[in-house]
Amino acid sequence: MNLHAVRAIYAFEMARTRRTLFQSIVSPVISTSLYFVVFGAAIGSRISEVDGITYGAFIVPGLIMLSLLTQSVSNASFGIYFPKFTGTIYELLSAPVSYFEIVVSYVGAAATKSILLGTIILVTAELFVSVRIDHPVWMVLFLVLTAVTFSLLGFIIGVWADNFEKLQFVPLIIITPLTFLGGSFYSIHMLPPFWQSVTLLNPVFYLVSGFRWSFYSLADVGVSISVAMTFVFLAICLVIVAWIFRTGYRIKT
Amino acid sequence: MQSVISVSNLSKTYASGLHALKNINLEIRSGEIFALLGPNGAGKTTLISTICGIVNPTQGSVTVAGHDIIKDYRATRSLIGLVPQELTTDSFETVWATVSFSRGLFGKAPNPAHLEKILRELSLWAKKDSKIMTLSGGMKRRLLIAKALSHEPRILFLDEPTAGVDVELRRDMWELVRTLRSTGVTIILTTHYIDEAEEMADRIGVISNGEIILVEEKTALMHKLGKKQLTLQLQHALVSMPESLAAYHLSLASDGNELIYTYDSQTELTNIPGLLKALNDAGIAFKDLHTTQSSLEDIFVNLVRKEP
Ligand SMILES: Nc1ncnc2c1ncn2[C@@H]1O[C@H](COP(=O)(O)OP(=O)(O)OP(=O)(O)O)[C@@H](O)[C@H]1O
Ligand SMILES: [Mg+2]
Repeated sequence: MNLHAVRAIYAFEMARTRRTLFQSIVSPVISTSLYFVVFGAAIGSRISEVDGITYGAFIVPGLIMLSLLTQSVSNASFGIYFPKFTGTIYELLSAPVSYFEIVVSYVGAAATKSILLGTIILVTAELFVSVRIDHPVWMVLFLVLTAVTFSLLGFIIGVWADNFEKLQFVPLIIITPLTFLGGSFYSIHMLPPFWQSVTLLNPVFYLVSGFRWSFYSLADVGVSISVAMTFVFLAICLVIVAWIFRTGYRIKT
Repeated sequence: MQSVISVSNLSKTYASGLHALKNINLEIRSGEIFALLGPNGAGKTTLISTICGIVNPTQGSVTVAGHDIIKDYRATRSLIGLVPQELTTDSFETVWATVSFSRGLFGKAPNPAHLEKILRELSLWAKKDSKIMTLSGGMKRRLLIAKALSHEPRILFLDEPTAGVDVELRRDMWELVRTLRSTGVTIILTTHYIDEAEEMADRIGVISNGEIILVEEKTALMHKLGKKQLTLQLQHALVSMPESLAAYHLSLASDGNELIYTYDSQTELTNIPGLLKALNDAGIAFKDLHTTQSSLEDIFVNLVRKEP
């Protein structure tokens, strides 16, 4: 294990985060506040309560998930895409580092950043509503697993993308809609039966449901299904990453 | 002499179907300066990139210090420093951060004293806290060298290190390369500047169209392939060439004031006495003479031109 290399890459990526610290913190705080103003105050005044929880508190886990997913994907994809774009990837490819070490350091850094972000959003949310966390250990587990899984997905996208449009395509066209439609802002019991079944096909739904359960012991599906689905995504991403490195896909010629 | 890099039957076909390397066999000796010469698109960068692990070989194998570059990539890559042809850098990083990063990436514990020494040698110390995008092109080139040297490699690849570099900096770089060699570092450089190879290299390899067409000691190469010219300055200008000298294929220059005899330095050396005697017999007197040897550049151009 080349620990010096893992440390170097991780530190390098975190330094990139520090350079953009202002955006990294200010933008989630502002957008979270906006969500509370729009969803919490405007819509929430009509919905008032979902399963005994105030609407404002109900959407907190969904809000955190939304940022966690989009930020993990965009951080990790940018982290590996950028060296490909500038050409500095030559150094990574010629260094005595294993693929495992490369993935651990890039994905680790991206996941760290999005977990920090999730925490900031949680703290911001506390300013507006009172949040209860029934199962803190599960909460952290979901947070970490989701951040890692979607950072892996971001890594894959970063390797696959050969221009900036593609880099933004997946988060914009796939991740965000899936999160919005995955029950971040509503319980699927509020939907007509047909749309309930459709929602069951949305992978993000299981993450949001499990994550919300760790807060309020409320879940649209059993928590064990949520955990299982999270591990399924993780496994799929790991298989794809392993394949990328075995074949050198879009990295090596 | 012991070989440190050994390339056998190496071929590379890019996804486009282009055969960039064709069955390359090459031994690089420990501690030498090896210059790889070849026209644009010959395959120099491809060969270097394959040895360094950036390009996957299609066929054949490479060992570095006895280790296979694929099976034992950690061992081989830790020994190698690479200065790429393109100026690729992270614009937003500082000089110091990027050099420290490189050292860590290659598995070495931090050593600020070593990094300081390298940056000083490359006249980059004053810039250590500057962002890379504020450096000039020549400084970036030196920074890439500093990055490659940050982990104390035993083998250094320089892919056209002096492209776009001013004369003074070129001299400094040559000096640095010599210093490195004196500490036992093996250096492989590619270049378009023949004088660079002539000045620096112990051995020269010529690659063209993906094939190594020649590997020679520099001196032997120049001796073997070099044409020599004997120039005679005549006492009286000559209007036309006497019949008796036709066998020597002489040419006249400087309005008939000079006679030039071109010969192969090895094979036809013996003809000079004959020529002088023939001149004497024809009553042509000369006041001075000198010989010149063709440069590596002429040799190189001749070699590559022969290729289809
Ligand atoms: N990634 C790639 N995909 C397809 N073809 C490539 C790739 N990289 C290089 N080539 C081709 O392989 C051949 C050898 O290129 P290479 O860069 O090794 O040449 P070179 O000797 O370094 O040239 P130069 O002196 O211009 O740097 C060229 O014909 C080039 O077009
Ligand atoms: Mg090249």
